Amino acid sequence: MQPKLLLNAHQIDILLHRLACQLIENHLDFSNCVLIGLQPRGVNVLNKLTHLLTTVYKVPALQSGKLDITFFRDDFRRSDKPHAASSSEMNIPIEGKDIVFIDDVLYTGRSIRAALTAIESYGRPKSIELLALIDRRFSRDLPIQPDYVGRQVDALQNDKVTVEWSETHAVDAVFLLKDHL
Amino acid sequence: MKELSVDHLLGIKYLKEDDLHLIFETADHFKEVINRPIKKVPSLRDVTIANLFFENSTRTKLSFELAEKRLSADIINFSAAQSSVKKGETLIDTVNNILAMKVDMVIMRHPNPGAAEFLSKNVDACIINAGDGTHEHPTQALLDAYSIRERFGEVAGKRIVIVGDILHSRVALSNIFALNMLGAEVKVCGPKSLLPKHIESLGVKVEPDFKKALRWCDAVNMLRVQNERMDKSYFPSIREYTQLYGLSLPLLKSLRKEIIVLHPGPMNRGVEISSDVADSNQAIILDQVENGVAIRMAVIYLLASKLIKPEA
Repeated sequence: MQPKLLLNAHQIDILLHRLACQLIENHLDFSNCVLIGLQPRGVNVLNKLTHLLTTVYKVPALQSGKLDITFFRDDFRRSDKPHAASSSEMNIPIEGKDIVFIDDVLYTGRSIRAALTAIESYGRPKSIELLALIDRRFSRDLPIQPDYVGRQVDALQNDKVTVEWSETHAVDAVFLLKDHL
Repeated sequence: MKELSVDHLLGIKYLKEDDLHLIFETADHFKEVINRPIKKVPSLRDVTIANLFFENSTRTKLSFELAEKRLSADIINFSAAQSSVKKGETLIDTVNNILAMKVDMVIMRHPNPGAAEFLSKNVDACIINAGDGTHEHPTQALLDAYSIRERFGEVAGKRIVIVGDILHSRVALSNIFALNMLGAEVKVCGPKSLLPKHIESLGVKVEPDFKKALRWCDAVNMLRVQNERMDKSYFPSIREYTQLYGLSLPLLKSLRKEIIVLHPGPMNRGVEISSDVADSNQAIILDQVENGVAIRMAVIYLLASKLIKPEA
């Protein structure tokens, strides 16, 4: 079945601007805030937001990092194939900071649970918020909800929501793939 | 993600080149983990590992134990000196008794070559060879190659010379397999009495002249003279051995290039390596120790991912 286009490049751009403004609303000059992109795909959203915040909204000295959660997942030895790890780049102190986790699609919430454990390896943040470009509501396994949402999507369990970026694909787009097991 | 092609780590000769690259890439991630403020990940929370050491070991045992702890595995330690082995128990009985306690993986050092392979065929657990007599010491070769890769960017095309007691060295054999597999050029150097016959059949060249070997190489791996495995005298005196095959700072400085110096430890300072070389910037001996933990974490993690899945 053909993938269904959920968001085109223009719609994604509007969402990213809104999310950037919401972050500014809550964190003002970002002096105590660290944006953390969850590897691998959350980093794409982080890069887009960082670009907007620094170039369009002129946020000075934005602090960000990349967090890999592979070794903190709860499905080790339970999934068919082992997950490939990505690199973590956490060169900023997070002790006492306001952290914002950034991911592309929020689904079961298990990646976020793993990220909540993984971040403890680097210190004790003051607070942690969650930003998701796409929120697949009604499909959560854990009591985890996002603080900033680009778009809520209703999809069945066998469906897959994919986010494509112009850096690796033709254009920015979000697709729904039906019956994708 | 790719998987290892093997279910046990018995020796480098059983691995494929892709396995080595997968282990190195995974070790890169674990090296970042062990440099975090909290150096632990929960991946192996439901895995129990037995460390069976039938032969003395300091750094390998500590390194494996630390790697297991960093991965959150449960550990039991066993050393032959305080065990029923002294009362005549066979290896299979000893290990099966330990496995009856629901152990998933066994890390074993044993004085007999082939002990790890024998065990892998006779007991139902994942086996990692931590050294079997004069045969193989795969994790040491992996960490040596990883340390060379870390320093040079890649191992392929690099010239490595292994110096000393090749005859009794499991480190030498595993290193030869690993370095050849990765595309390095390997030479061995040492007294003729400590070089196995037909060693060229393993794809290495023999260079009897230590100074020539040093001038040729990018990295030198200085092996320890294994007095405990020698049943007779293989060279006239330690003093003569040091003069012919000992690495001193003046000798190192006399080369017109900067080579790196590896040593698997424990070092006999003043015999195969002088103190000032061991403590110099060209020696990456402490890097090898740090990399050993990351490599062993990678090996244990990758093999654990192939263990039978927990029941639903």
